Amino acid sequence: MQRRDFLALTGLTAGGLIVPSFFGKVIAAEQLQSALDPALKKRLADAALAAARQAGATYCDVRIGRYLRQYVITREDKVQNVVNTESTGVGIRVIVNGAWGFAATNQLGTTDVARAAQQAAAIAKANAGVQTAPVQLAAAPGVGEVSWRTPIRKNAMDVPIKEKVELLLDVNAGAMGAGASFVNSMLFLVNEQKYFASTDGSYIDQDVHRIWAPMTVTAIDKSTGKFRTRSGLSSPMGLGYEYLDGVGTGKAVSPNGVVNYRNSYDMKADAIAAAKQAQEKLKAPSVKPGKYDLILDPSHTWLTIHESVGHPLELDRVLGYEANYAGTSFATLDKREQHFQYGSDKVNIFADKTQPGSLGAVGYDDEGVKTKRWDLISEGKLVDYQTIRDQAHILGKTESDGCCYADSWSSVQFQRMANVSLAPGKTKLSVADMVKDVENGIYIIGDGSFSIDQQRYNAQFGGQLFYEIKNGQITRMLEDVAYQIRTPEFWNACTAVADESDYRLGGSFFDGKGQPGQVSAVSHGSSTARFNGINVINTARSLG
Amino acid sequence: MSIFTEAQAKAILDKVIALSKADECTAVLAGSIDGNIRFALNNVSTSGIVDNTELAVTVAFGKRVGTASINEFDDAALERVVRRAEDLARLAPENPEFLPAIGKQTYRPSPTFSASTAAIDPAFRAKVAADSIAPCRGNGLIAAGFLEDGQSFQATANSNGNFGYQRGTNFDYTCTVRTEDGRGSGWVGRNLKDAADFKADQDIRIAMRKATESAEAKALEPGKYTVILEPAAAAGLISFMMSFFDARSADEGRSFLSRKGGGNKLGEQVYDPRVNMVADPWHPEAAVLPWDSEGQPREKLDIIKDGKIANLNYSRFWAQKQGKTANARPGNLLMAGGDKSTAELVRGTQKGILVTRTWYIRMVDPQTVLLTGLTRDGTFYIENGQIKHPVKNFRFNESPVIMLNNIEELGKPVRVAGDESSLVMMIPPMKLRDFTFTSLSDAV
Repeated sequence: MQRRDFLALTGLTAGGLIVPSFFGKVIAAEQLQSALDPALKKRLADAALAAARQAGATYCDVRIGRYLRQYVITREDKVQNVVNTESTGVGIRVIVNGAWGFAATNQLGTTDVARAAQQAAAIAKANAGVQTAPVQLAAAPGVGEVSWRTPIRKNAMDVPIKEKVELLLDVNAGAMGAGASFVNSMLFLVNEQKYFASTDGSYIDQDVHRIWAPMTVTAIDKSTGKFRTRSGLSSPMGLGYEYLDGVGTGKAVSPNGVVNYRNSYDMKADAIAAAKQAQEKLKAPSVKPGKYDLILDPSHTWLTIHESVGHPLELDRVLGYEANYAGTSFATLDKREQHFQYGSDKVNIFADKTQPGSLGAVGYDDEGVKTKRWDLISEGKLVDYQTIRDQAHILGKTESDGCCYADSWSSVQFQRMANVSLAPGKTKLSVADMVKDVENGIYIIGDGSFSIDQQRYNAQFGGQLFYEIKNGQITRMLEDVAYQIRTPEFWNACTAVADESDYRLGGSFFDGKGQPGQVSAVSHGSSTARFNGINVINTARSLG
Repeated sequence: MSIFTEAQAKAILDKVIALSKADECTAVLAGSIDGNIRFALNNVSTSGIVDNTELAVTVAFGKRVGTASINEFDDAALERVVRRAEDLARLAPENPEFLPAIGKQTYRPSPTFSASTAAIDPAFRAKVAADSIAPCRGNGLIAAGFLEDGQSFQATANSNGNFGYQRGTNFDYTCTVRTEDGRGSGWVGRNLKDAADFKADQDIRIAMRKATESAEAKALEPGKYTVILEPAAAAGLISFMMSFFDARSADEGRSFLSRKGGGNKLGEQVYDPRVNMVADPWHPEAAVLPWDSEGQPREKLDIIKDGKIANLNYSRFWAQKQGKTANARPGNLLMAGGDKSTAELVRGTQKGILVTRTWYIRMVDPQTVLLTGLTRDGTFYIENGQIKHPVKNFRFNESPVIMLNNIEELGKPVRVAGDESSLVMMIPPMKLRDFTFTSLSDAV
């Protein structure tokens, strides 16, 4: 199934960049609860490593992956689909004569993986001829046999389908009962069982879990032909099924009563709110374009951070490795030397592959490097990038930042964004206090349309809910709002960040990058933040 | 080996169908070998080959459906996958929108296979990279590009006696060339049927020239301009719009093709009368499989005829519910045009902007298909039929529906791939008036 078909089927707006096809072969639900035997994985890995060495490889890593997905897709009172998929195979990466080669196979025999290792070596040799500079790998000392698991409380794969279907149909009934014309909801569960082995002496077994419960509620005014949607305010998370328990501590209530969610999601309550708000959107006045002070909720800000900070500070983009597709970056290496003023002194942004509950959290990355947290922007100044083993030397680093990832056993691992987050303000500041100072502003909740240029300067963002702020008061809902920014000016216009009591994660299951295209899941945390004097456009058009 | 012959595929599928004890059984066997090479900074960065073969079996007992898949093909494995699908079907809830498997079809083969593309080996890919990189080195230019090629087969069969088998190949090359100082950027893309038609050492010159010539870009005020969109620039907007040609969404009132008060705009004039789009699986340059994912036979189908909506996508369920005829989901999109090249359109333009490529297109408002995105890798100001100077990139906020009502002239269609669409497309370069640029971008 292609991305567009998927979108048409679910009626969903993608939470992140892209929504890919269903993935892997279809299996029974109970098979989602099993795992490959680590002894078998080690045997296969050793066979591949030996074959690679024999074929002249100076380095080899082997990733044996079993990627499990479960999709439960509903609309109104119907289950549209329940799909369980599995994709299992081996990806082998080698360096021969200073060049990379890669091959992958879904055949899990020692002869098969040895053949794939030889194929990878042959590809490396063919490429070495046009390579001017040999690959330089930062050291990643072997860690022996270790394991890591996402700290979940309830494995979503263990929850019966019946329970999941009942939840979604109850959510849908809530929305329809509150006046929705249509509702689409789904559960999207992921378990990556990843085994990594390398000629450095690492054998790393990891069990990674993620959950996403997106929905879209549609309201239609038949008399005018107008329709409006409101997507759920949840976030995909690196959590188990406990995310859907909806306990009160997970809530963050905005000054005008809109309920947002932290590490626990009450999907039905959000569906009911969405139905009411979608109907309200049909009647909301259209925004007058101009300059506004924006108050951005974390359910919105994550995507702005993702596009305008996370991506431009990926070293491979900065260097030009993504020039043909995702693009390069305005944040060139000289800007780090000059401590470029990326934002105001309120702006502290860090990368982190360890934060519990985040989508990017793992123990080790896909080239065997232990994960960590590090600063990218400190008091507004650019201080660092995100990098991996074969590019760390360019920054003068002796170790990788541990953000290498492949979305499948059949994909080559490469640099992917860590969780990149805006640190909360250090002094006590609530959202209500922040709103009090705004004379002419817009309060934006939830993520909407998003687009940014290939060097990450010019971006445009929409949202789910827009509220006018006049003289310190949130007055009424607005529609047809999008804001356009130039990245450094936007972050330098940041005048306040709420304290850590408001800190929440947003994120995407589907951050797209690379050729062939790969997706990765990434979270971005922030507290509500204020940006002064931002250009807002009106997006209403007429087709005549 | 991942590519089975027709006889091998049929033998496997016949066994599967015979093994099934369900009311009906559909089996799809597909395999592919995909190769690629990626280069950047005038060096090869990654290169690889991935092969995969898979059999998916779907069975139904009444309205209960189960699917299972496997990548082993001995008799025991085939028995296992069929029993697994049957077990799942017995446990599944009834699907209220279930429709029986399609009947026996006759599929007219389409020319999706190219021997020259199937013959690509690692040395071919390395040469493409070398031919792209070599002319850039020493000319102050930096190449980053990607070649992805593959061969595949697909076989489908069901218990109504239906069977289809076809092989295919794919070939897509893109390259971005930037000046060393980062002030200029150009691009070239080739989506071809036959690898034999590809000349990297010649095509790279297009990207090199655009990179060099775009280096001294001047800023123009955002606003409404006459534009010439090259086929690659237009494809992203048009393919985005096509995903909303779904009859059900339109009938439900949540599409730009919904009619006020109910129903859809089938038969209505929505575009300039010069807009004509068809789907045709047998197009010699842009062929696709003659069946869709459900096995429905694709036909040559008008999608937009003289600016009117000629066909919407009716799924089998929705067609039955609405008393319409279901159609197979199109695999390609062929937009008609004229005879002129992009260069000839430029020569006939008094004032305008030439757009090489569009980027990061996203929906702003589905009510009007308002899309936003940016120009990239070669944007030029045209005056008196000449490229006058490069201009800084723009962000646009424009609806393809409005855009296709503002046509000045259409050129000769060429085969292009969308960044994010699976459609195989033939799209003309197009000269359009009043295209809406809303802000400038500093990006090169």
